[in-house]
Amino acid sequence: MSVPPLLAFENITKSFGAVRALQGVSFDLRPGEVHALLGENGAGKSTLIKVATGAHVPDGGAIVVGQRRHAALTPSTARAAGIACIYQQPALFPDLTVAENLGLRLEPAGALRRVDWRGRRVRALELLRGVGAEFSAEAEVRDLSMPEQQLVEIAAAIGSGARIVIMDEPTSSLTRREQERLFGIVRKLRDDGAGIVYISHRLEEIAELADRVTVLRDGRSVGTFAADAVDPPALIHLMVGRELSQLYPAAQPASDGIGVEVCGAGCAEVGVADVSFAVRRGEIFGLAGLVGAGRTELARVLFGLNPADAGEIRLEGRAVKIGSPMAALRHGIAYVPEDRRRHGAVLELPVSHNITLAAHRRIFPRGWLDAAEERRIAEEFIARLAIRTAGPDAAAGTLSGGNQQKVAVARWLAVRPRVLILDEPTQGVDIGAKAELHRLIRELAVTGLAVILISSDLPEIIGMSDRIGVMRGGRLAGILPGGASASAVMTATLGSAERKGAA
Amino acid sequence: MRRRELAVAGVLAVLLLVLALRAPSFFQGQPLRSLLTREAPVLVMACGMTVVILTRQIDISVGSQFSVCSVAAGLLAAHGWPIGAVIPFAVFLGFFLGAVNGALVAGLGLPSIVVTLATMVTLRQGLNLVQQGEFVNLPDRVQWFGLEQTPGQWSVLAIALAVLAGSAFALHSFAAGRHFYAVGSDAEAARLAGIRPRRVTFAAFAGMGALCGLAAVMNIVQSPQVQPLAGAGLELKAIAAVVVGGVAISGGRGSVWGGAIGLLLLACIPSALTHLRIEAYWEKAIQGGIILLACATEIARPRAKKSPPAKAAAA
Repeated sequence: MSVPPLLAFENITKSFGAVRALQGVSFDLRPGEVHALLGENGAGKSTLIKVATGAHVPDGGAIVVGQRRHAALTPSTARAAGIACIYQQPALFPDLTVAENLGLRLEPAGALRRVDWRGRRVRALELLRGVGAEFSAEAEVRDLSMPEQQLVEIAAAIGSGARIVIMDEPTSSLTRREQERLFGIVRKLRDDGAGIVYISHRLEEIAELADRVTVLRDGRSVGTFAADAVDPPALIHLMVGRELSQLYPAAQPASDGIGVEVCGAGCAEVGVADVSFAVRRGEIFGLAGLVGAGRTELARVLFGLNPADAGEIRLEGRAVKIGSPMAALRHGIAYVPEDRRRHGAVLELPVSHNITLAAHRRIFPRGWLDAAEERRIAEEFIARLAIRTAGPDAAAGTLSGGNQQKVAVARWLAVRPRVLILDEPTQGVDIGAKAELHRLIRELAVTGLAVILISSDLPEIIGMSDRIGVMRGGRLAGILPGGASASAVMTATLGSAERKGAA
Repeated sequence: MRRRELAVAGVLAVLLLVLALRAPSFFQGQPLRSLLTREAPVLVMACGMTVVILTRQIDISVGSQFSVCSVAAGLLAAHGWPIGAVIPFAVFLGFFLGAVNGALVAGLGLPSIVVTLATMVTLRQGLNLVQQGEFVNLPDRVQWFGLEQTPGQWSVLAIALAVLAGSAFALHSFAAGRHFYAVGSDAEAARLAGIRPRRVTFAAFAGMGALCGLAAVMNIVQSPQVQPLAGAGLELKAIAAVVVGGVAISGGRGSVWGGAIGLLLLACIPSALTHLRIEAYWEKAIQGGIILLACATEIARPRAKKSPPAKAAAA
């Protein structure tokens, strides 16, 4: 290549505690190309982007932008170098107008600089016209839809004269028409000589738009290919092509009794529709799918956080109405939510209070506290789950991430549930704690619980589940047997060939 | 947390020790009892305020609620209601006023500082309008619940201590007590655990109101007249006591004992200054300094360890 690349990563490494997110990734972006970045959830795509935008400082390696080598970028050097990123979730100020948002991005800073309101408005109108926006520059951002906000982001990127535009799953919330418009903008940017890093899970988009493809897997680059040299099955193989690196506890035969049965359930509010499956007692039912495919939303429906407005939920054969978390708990459904830093363990409360938080009926049997019982329950779970803590009275915030997660799991076991829904139970947990949690989940199933396991970790879902339900677009796209191949799960997850015309 | 309360108790002990050495007159029975009796209604309100702040809310209308209940109770007493009927009425009226705050905050999801600022001003101005600043003269049988002064003072103190002990017990030993802590720490986590955060928030405000009503009666029995603006500034006293006592303004941490110790510390300062012959000008400055110090130690306190960024590489 005679033309020097716009942006090059050389052997970038980055770890978060024990998690090695990037392990020597090299990547280059040429002027006038769309370079797709592919990989499973957790392969390192987002980390790589954040290195490019200066949000993360890499542990090793070099970044070459223009003619200069950097060990790390800062948000301002990245911006000065012409790097702009359009995130999945637009990062605009909702209370300001479109023109004000664009002004904040594009005009020079300085607290005492006088605002040229007319110039700002004219500029904004021009940029919005450039991306084909149909809303006013005076509209408040909070009144815009997600795709419209995305257009504002793109307009800002273009307005800043960015030569390197990174798009993180830009089509995930777009309709087909909006998608076409976006593709038009991307092609125009490319033809003007900019380089675009394009991240998407939709393989057919890659074929349509990309010039080259780089596949990441487990924090490493598997390779860079010309887009017309690899077809979707080959890409899937590249994304998942690995042996399961961990041993999972052996599956046990489930009993015949149905624990929970979902018949055509849906909730329009969260975009879940027509989901049917049954989980037997003693079975682990995995739920696979992309982020946003409706797995967490389904869990919220089953737990009564967004009550079902269609279909039926049956527990051990009996139809039940679950209108609130309290009702779910009463029926023996427990839910260990995703994002435990926000809603799992309550960091300020002692471990013992955390464990008994949902089981108040057990520790306040006659209305007042049975302190001995609380201590007994706390100590039981600390021992059973091997929670490493200074004691039941230590604040949950003093524990490590994995142990906090165990505390959150313990809270739901303490209510003696019959159905246990686990949402990303091992997310952000180190390998050792992960294996312990896996063993624990299997043990729980063996005691007769019906377990629904949501996970974005493909080996985990395949290794742990007796059957795997795959969700796509708020629906259950299919049910695969346990031990299905990673490619089979990935294919069902992406629904690559058959999703023409879908929103 | 317990350490924090001990630290405040330590400061109080030092102050009392200095007083014991330099001005033993401070500990004479009658003046000390008068001091404590005067502060007893504030203690009752501080208990309620502890619960409100634990729930990560604030109520700055308590002074106005107190005034309204005082005047209403005074008027009824002047109309010949027996004290045994005035007390439940005042408590109920306070409960109602608190419930209005609670409904606006929990039901409509409005920020509590705005809601209670509005009710504070509304109640105060409403009272001005109705009462035109006139004092209410009380019949003799109201004063000290119709007892002699000394047993009357003891009764007021006994009520305050009963409220303190009762709320401490309830917070520690009832499921409902746990709910305040859980909601104040993380309302969403609490909801996921089957607690109803809105109901809990409502209860905190309604309880606060009821305690304002009780405090109002405990106050009016101490003088022959009811001042219509007797409650002005009480909200600051109650909040300051709670904050000094180590209740986290961000909710979820603290106890009523801390609030009680904080109140005692702040309340002792004016008379301590008098006894130590320090100019009274310093009173507010010293109280302000203590409050700042309390907030500063709150920040300096080792934070709960944050977990590492989960799923750093999530796509």
